[in-house]
Amino acid sequence: MAMLEIKDLEVYYGAINALKGISFDVEPGEIIALIGANGAGKTTTLHTISGLIPAKRGSVMFNGVELTKTPAHKIVSMGMAHVPEGRRVFAQLSVLENLTLGAFTRKNKAEINETLERVYERFPRLKERRTQLAGTLSGGEQQMLAMGRALMSKPSIVLMDEPSMGLSPLYVNEIFDIIQEINKSGTTVLLVEQNAKKALSIANRAYVLETGSISLSGDAKELMDNDEVKKAYLGE
Amino acid sequence: MKKQKLNNLITISGTAVLCVVMATLMSVGALDRSNMLKGMLVLIGIHIIWALSLNLTVGVLGELSLGHAGFMCVGAIFGGTVSQIIQYNAADCPGWIRLIIALVCSGIMAAIFGILIGIPVMRLHGDYLAIVTLGFGEIMKSLANNIFLTIDKNGLHFGFTNPPANVDEASAKQILKGSIGMQAPQDTNIWWVVVLLMITLIVMMTFINSKSGRACMAVRDNYIAAQSVGINVTKFRLMAFTISAGIAGVGGALYAHSVPMIAFSKFDYNFSILILVFVVLGGLGSMRGSIIATIILYVLPEMLRKVNQNLANARMLIYAIILIALMLWKNAPFFIGLREKLSAKFKRNKENADITSGGAEV
Repeated sequence: MAMLEIKDLEVYYGAINALKGISFDVEPGEIIALIGANGAGKTTTLHTISGLIPAKRGSVMFNGVELTKTPAHKIVSMGMAHVPEGRRVFAQLSVLENLTLGAFTRKNKAEINETLERVYERFPRLKERRTQLAGTLSGGEQQMLAMGRALMSKPSIVLMDEPSMGLSPLYVNEIFDIIQEINKSGTTVLLVEQNAKKALSIANRAYVLETGSISLSGDAKELMDNDEVKKAYLGE
Repeated sequence: MKKQKLNNLITISGTAVLCVVMATLMSVGALDRSNMLKGMLVLIGIHIIWALSLNLTVGVLGELSLGHAGFMCVGAIFGGTVSQIIQYNAADCPGWIRLIIALVCSGIMAAIFGILIGIPVMRLHGDYLAIVTLGFGEIMKSLANNIFLTIDKNGLHFGFTNPPANVDEASAKQILKGSIGMQAPQDTNIWWVVVLLMITLIVMMTFINSKSGRACMAVRDNYIAAQSVGINVTKFRLMAFTISAGIAGVGGALYAHSVPMIAFSKFDYNFSILILVFVVLGGLGSMRGSIIATIILYVLPEMLRKVNQNLANARMLIYAIILIALMLWKNAPFFIGLREKLSAKFKRNKENADITSGGAEV
């Protein structure tokens, strides 16, 4: 059984039909990429999965539980973490407080500290800056903080929304390396990206979204060689 | 973390020392010559309580509330009514017991109003929330101005006309007199204010540094990210809003028992704004700032009046100009740039001094 199974998902913003019945699934241990242009519905898809936007029709099954009827704050404790788009950190709180809030749904202090150490190992820069206010970090560091915060809930799947947006090429490479590392340590990743080349290079499978519906899907390497994808998203 | 704890300790102990010194001076009669200061101390204390409670909504939760006076009004009405009923039925009841019961009742009632208003309001954000709270404040003031409550040997009589129907004239005592207001027994003194002020401060500090407080600040900083880490956004917003309302209510009851006569028209829109100005100028989310700003901004107009009688007429104008200047200094891009330049220059001077002193040692 798939870990995450989306079926005929439809989402409306008022009268605007943002998702027109998309279906896809994520198997445990995979990196799945959702690529597409601006306004294709990538972020909407992630927001609907993690309960931030209500779905009009369709279902989101996560390990056999229907998520469309679960409130957003309960989804995190079920093992799903969401790294929102645009480095949404808590700007006026310190790095450490940001990370502690990532473990908001967990109770055991010893276990939380253990996870914190592991996050610091993965992001040494966050440890150096743990007393600094999150709003004063650089863009790349804020992205790392948002990812570290998501990992603090010890998720089995992480939804990442445009992690490379607005970052320098150096940081983009580093962020994608980290995503691969996170995946290797056993966390499933659902990645939404405009940087299709990078996303396809690390993903197992990918789906191409076009104005609210899935137009193409398949093995990431095969999609990279697909003429349509090349022309529309890879700029070749 | 340690630095923060130290900072909180400084705020709490500093406030405690200031309060106790002023209250002692007042109790032993050292301030008798300065009537102005003597009359103002209790009121300053109560305004600080109000500013602290509003800071929870505006600073910590990040929602603009323009109807804080509404909750103060609720507290004043219920606190004053309860103590007057006790006064009528049990005339030999000591004042302090009466006051404690009144304060507790008013806090609970204001918190209940906070929840009732909060449930619909917490679905809104920003401007919309501000407008709804503004409406609530005005409704409370208007209601309070039109309620008549009279007690006689048969019990309470409530109505929108004066006197309410079927009142036994001989044994009647008016509790709420509509737009004339209310005369609650003056059970308070400066020490009550000091104790409640300290309790408020400690409650605020504890809340802000708790897991719930951090959750509220996370909601303020980023609504979507707060949801995405599993914070029940509505719950924590409602919690902070209710605590804020409850404390404002206690302050209102304290006020009702501190002044000989209270007219509810005081709790209008301008009064909400006055408290909001204390909070904004003190620094959003900073409890120490709220206390300092309240003291300065409360004393300042009175000082202006004392310095020059001609200033008496212009004092509100000067007060407004100072407010605008401070706001500009804090927020205008030009002044932000200027401030950064100044602090950079200051830092450089310090570094230069360090270098020269280092050189001298060699």
